[in-house]
Amino acid sequence: MLHQVLFIIFGVVCVAGALNLLLQRHPINSALSLIVVMGALALLFLLLGAEFVAAVQVIVYAGAVMVLFVFVIMLLNAGVEEHTRGSRVAIFLGIPGLIAFFIFMCWAIGSNGSALGQARIGSFYVPTQELGIALFREFLLPFEVTSVLILIAIMGAVVLARRER
Amino acid sequence: MSLTTYIIFAIIKLAIVLFVLLTAVAYIVLLERKVVARMQNRWGPNRVGPFGLLQPLADGAKFIFKEDIIPDSVYKPLYIAAPMIALILALTSISLIPFGENWKIAGYHVPLEITAFWNGNGIQDINIGLLIILGITSIGVYGVALSGWSSNSKYSLLGSLRASAQLMSYELSLGLSLVGVLLISGSLSLRQIVDSQGGSIVNWNFFGRLQFIAFFIYIMAAYAETNRIPFDLPEAETELVAGYHTEYSSMKFAMFFMAEYCNMVTVACLATILFFGGWHSPFEALHIAAPALWIAISPVFWFVVKVFFFIFLYIWIRGTLPRFRYDQLMAFGWKFLLPLSIANIIVTSLVLALRS
Repeated sequence: MLHQVLFIIFGVVCVAGALNLLLQRHPINSALSLIVVMGALALLFLLLGAEFVAAVQVIVYAGAVMVLFVFVIMLLNAGVEEHTRGSRVAIFLGIPGLIAFFIFMCWAIGSNGSALGQARIGSFYVPTQELGIALFREFLLPFEVTSVLILIAIMGAVVLARRER
Repeated sequence: MSLTTYIIFAIIKLAIVLFVLLTAVAYIVLLERKVVARMQNRWGPNRVGPFGLLQPLADGAKFIFKEDIIPDSVYKPLYIAAPMIALILALTSISLIPFGENWKIAGYHVPLEITAFWNGNGIQDINIGLLIILGITSIGVYGVALSGWSSNSKYSLLGSLRASAQLMSYELSLGLSLVGVLLISGSLSLRQIVDSQGGSIVNWNFFGRLQFIAFFIYIMAAYAETNRIPFDLPEAETELVAGYHTEYSSMKFAMFFMAEYCNMVTVACLATILFFGGWHSPFEALHIAAPALWIAISPVFWFVVKVFFFIFLYIWIRGTLPRFRYDQLMAFGWKFLLPLSIANIIVTSLVLALRS
């Protein structure tokens, strides 16, 4: 009961934040709604018991990545965006596609409901220690490869940002 | 324990901590004015009440009754929201701090921190308290960044840019300096970190476990995070009027002020918990016989004593050191503190690996 109430609350906050992100006209409001989405996602992770992932979601996405977004918006002094009336592709392709997607999701969940099972508070609980052990023993190679990838991305960013004079 | 008693206990704890914290913040301001005054051979505030002890009340009344000016050119929603964000986040992080061992009240097991979750039949400590505090500090940038931007004034914007850059740079060293402590205690729960330091003063991370380098990094980075001298460039009054809160007045300014002092208290609490044995008495190894009442109260007593020491250290440093130049600040953070904290992690983990 409690987990359903909490899930609905945070799910609604998450979706409302995402819609607000699209509807707001000022870029900084959009960025702030994205932070709300990140926070709500972190709480949804926490409901499932993935506490470390939830904390990292807040620290990395809400705390670091979005700060850079906000910074860029602040420094560029981006003004209010202009809304166009929308393209024809969106009207003729997007809306039927959205409806079809909804119908498909409802059908898929409705027909396989019993097989999907239920999630309760903390039903995917993983202590941080076990996560670390899994990451550094079983998935050591993917972990290292990812870190090399990020390192290359950092070096690429430095090279691109630094113009030769 | 039923859900109702859990909620009742949570509300009681919330009320007590909020009251004590806000009173403490008011009197830390007074203490700071007094101590800095004495260091400069002045008297400090001594007119309101005996020894100036009612000065915080007078200040509070003044803040409430001052005119709340909102300049015309500000972006209003964020201008109003920014001080709230700052204060709410500051108050949230203090709710994760455990102030002492679990108390038994009316047959219930009550942990002395606000955020302890209800697991169906009892109260349980939160496992990743330290990570959540780090997360809240990392979100704390928004209060500063948004206030500076929404004020639509160049001093505010420059102050908030400085503050945000400083916060992000020092957050890295701050997080990495804690890794040594985490390696030793093997837990992210603040209560377990304190428990691992029990027994005697030698077991404290600062003394016996040789984390004094980590402590040095932590305290430097934390001073930068709370925008205090010698890292108070975001509000350097000689250059930026008052930095990010230049355009704020009345209670909105007071909210920033309270947030800063709440963050100081949190930093002092964390330093106590992580490096100085939390609520453990320094004379624990001597096993001195004591009455039962003292045994119940002494953890909270020692915790408060240690926190008070760190608050005093803040004031002491404010009275002693000058302000950094901005390039010095960045060079100190990136070229000195960051390599030092990484070296600390490597040495600590090497020692631990060789011992095991």
